[in-house]
Amino acid sequence: MKIHEYQAKAILAKFGVPVPRGEVVFKKDEARAAAQRLGSPVVVVKAQIQAGGRGKAGGVKLAKSPDEAAKLAEQILGMRLVTPQTGPEGRIVHRLLIEEGLDIHRELYLSVLVDRASGAPVFMASASGGMEIEEVAKDHPEAIRRETIQPATGLMPYQARKLAFGFGLAPELVNAAVPFFQSLYRAFTETDASMVEINPCVITGDGRLVALDAKVNFDDNALYRHPEFKDLRDLDEETPLEVEASKYKLNYIKLDGTVGCMVNGAGLAMATMDIIKLSGGSPANFLDVGGGASEDQVKNAFRILLSDPSVRAVFVNIFGGILRCDVLASGVVNAAKELKLKVPVVVRMEGTNVEQGKEILRNSGFNFTVAENMKDGAEKVVRLAGGAR
Amino acid sequence: MSILIDKSTRVVVQGLTGREGSFHAQQMLEYGTKVVAGVTPGKGGTKHLDVPIFNTVFDAVRETKANASIIFVPPPFAADAILEAADAGLSLVICITEGIPTLDMVRVAAGLKDSKTRLIGPNCPGIISPGLCKMGIMPGSIHKQGRVGVVSRSGTLTYEAVDQLTKLGIGQSTCIGIGGDPIIGTNFLDAVRMFNDDPGTIAIVMIGEIGGNAEEVAAAFIKKHVKKPVVGFIAGQTAPPGRRMGHAGAIISGGQGTAGGKYAAMRAAGIHTVQSPADIGQSVASLLGKSKSKSAVKPTSTLRMKSNSEKRK
Repeated sequence: MKIHEYQAKAILAKFGVPVPRGEVVFKKDEARAAAQRLGSPVVVVKAQIQAGGRGKAGGVKLAKSPDEAAKLAEQILGMRLVTPQTGPEGRIVHRLLIEEGLDIHRELYLSVLVDRASGAPVFMASASGGMEIEEVAKDHPEAIRRETIQPATGLMPYQARKLAFGFGLAPELVNAAVPFFQSLYRAFTETDASMVEINPCVITGDGRLVALDAKVNFDDNALYRHPEFKDLRDLDEETPLEVEASKYKLNYIKLDGTVGCMVNGAGLAMATMDIIKLSGGSPANFLDVGGGASEDQVKNAFRILLSDPSVRAVFVNIFGGILRCDVLASGVVNAAKELKLKVPVVVRMEGTNVEQGKEILRNSGFNFTVAENMKDGAEKVVRLAGGAR
Repeated sequence: MSILIDKSTRVVVQGLTGREGSFHAQQMLEYGTKVVAGVTPGKGGTKHLDVPIFNTVFDAVRETKANASIIFVPPPFAADAILEAADAGLSLVICITEGIPTLDMVRVAAGLKDSKTRLIGPNCPGIISPGLCKMGIMPGSIHKQGRVGVVSRSGTLTYEAVDQLTKLGIGQSTCIGIGGDPIIGTNFLDAVRMFNDDPGTIAIVMIGEIGGNAEEVAAAFIKKHVKKPVVGFIAGQTAPPGRRMGHAGAIISGGQGTAGGKYAAMRAAGIHTVQSPADIGQSVASLLGKSKSKSAVKPTSTLRMKSNSEKRK
């Protein structure tokens, strides 16, 4: 689960990570009042969307007076920000963070996440913070230092010192960096984050370390341990169909093609998208109904994928293991009845109770196309959706 | 022949009395798996599906000589269940549970570091050595005893590949679903190494997915050490690159993790790659039909797919 920058900073501050003073606002006048309260010579007006690259897209501006802050707030609120991380549709700005401006001396990069290969958390740091960190990672991977963390000990002071001295920080700044880094790691573990990223962490002119930006993602599997995070979810950041799908524990991602897909299992769902492309078509969505979907879930899955107006044909590709083909077929037939199905549907089923499933489809009164196998199904559905593009 | 499990495997099911555990234990018993014990704290001394239930894995192992465990307990308790099985000295632990918090698995990984326990999963379909033993949730009927090893990150996509093989009359030595979570006990490299050492396995199918670099690591090993033919497929070639975890995810993989990168690594290792998931079985068939050396033959299906894609351009 993703959260906004201002929410991430509030959480990090609780763990002792220094962050700039700031307030979240939703209206122009609130921006003026917030800037007045902050009282700093410069305030920063930052669009709050859950994607990086905001600055370049025009979502982060400096204001020298409360009036200017209000003017900028009016400009940015409601703006559609398109960044490399938002996709072409962009995100509309509904919230702003008004923050004190800082005298930035140096920018560093810090992050904590779990490394798949070692199965342990790793603390990454680079002296080259700021927006171009991915370029740094690609061109100079050695410029990014890593400390693997033993879960039993946590991030030890010597590890933090190694990183801090590696930046060439003066000893008094190293003394500030050690508790900063340790707080960051504690925030990571105690909130069950999947990632904490500070880019940049700045050294100010008066010699302080401050988290100027912050990104925190939570591990969805651990959210049951943190009921308080539920309120942090911002539905404006998700597409309506994805929100709807999540209510039924369905994994749905909207794409830009014309073939609606309903598949069980993420691997098979991706492979189904691949074979649709290879057959000359284009998937309208990724939809994994999961291993043990109920008839009701199947019905809702079908309803959700059909409510996408660009869907011209549907491919149901199910390998029944725990999910039985008869359950699937009943769900599909009921959904078709309820929704007054208008687009052609190709069903490919294999596995548990496949004969009963096919029987249900045959007797449904609908003209479902039953496919012999995955390839046959993909070719048929692409033809029905209007052929290769 | 097979790897990891066979007729001598004696299985304890952790969470046997639960809904999932009960259903799949029944299926495993019907397949012929020796399910000798179940563990549900508080229900020790009772029987379920005619299998004795114990309060602890330790008791179950002492009383029944179980040597492998399969775990169906809910996510909040699964990490504990894995470490309990390891503590009881089991050499093989398969965790089916989906949705275990990653930081729980970090502790499990640390706890298993110096143990002799091999963990498969979590969030996986399990293992089957067709005709010998099934420890998992896969439909047993689609499998056929034979000599091809299958390893995959996915569940249903593995069934798809196995089904293609069986329909072509090609049996499997062992099929392993290693699971799709960030932290798993057994990766592609481990599985490929075991298949390579198993005289009962003459060919290997490796089904990967985008993300991480486990396929690349296994490919490097295959290039150096594996003489048996290997067929490879990567799911997610057409997945849009958008929606990412910010910078850190991209940095940790060091540019690895894309379908293109994985295919390149596999081809460089002499693995016979297929672009279409529908060609996995056929590719194995043509390799086994023509030659047993991985360098000698290019499957016709690969060539056909290539010319198709060229036509589209």
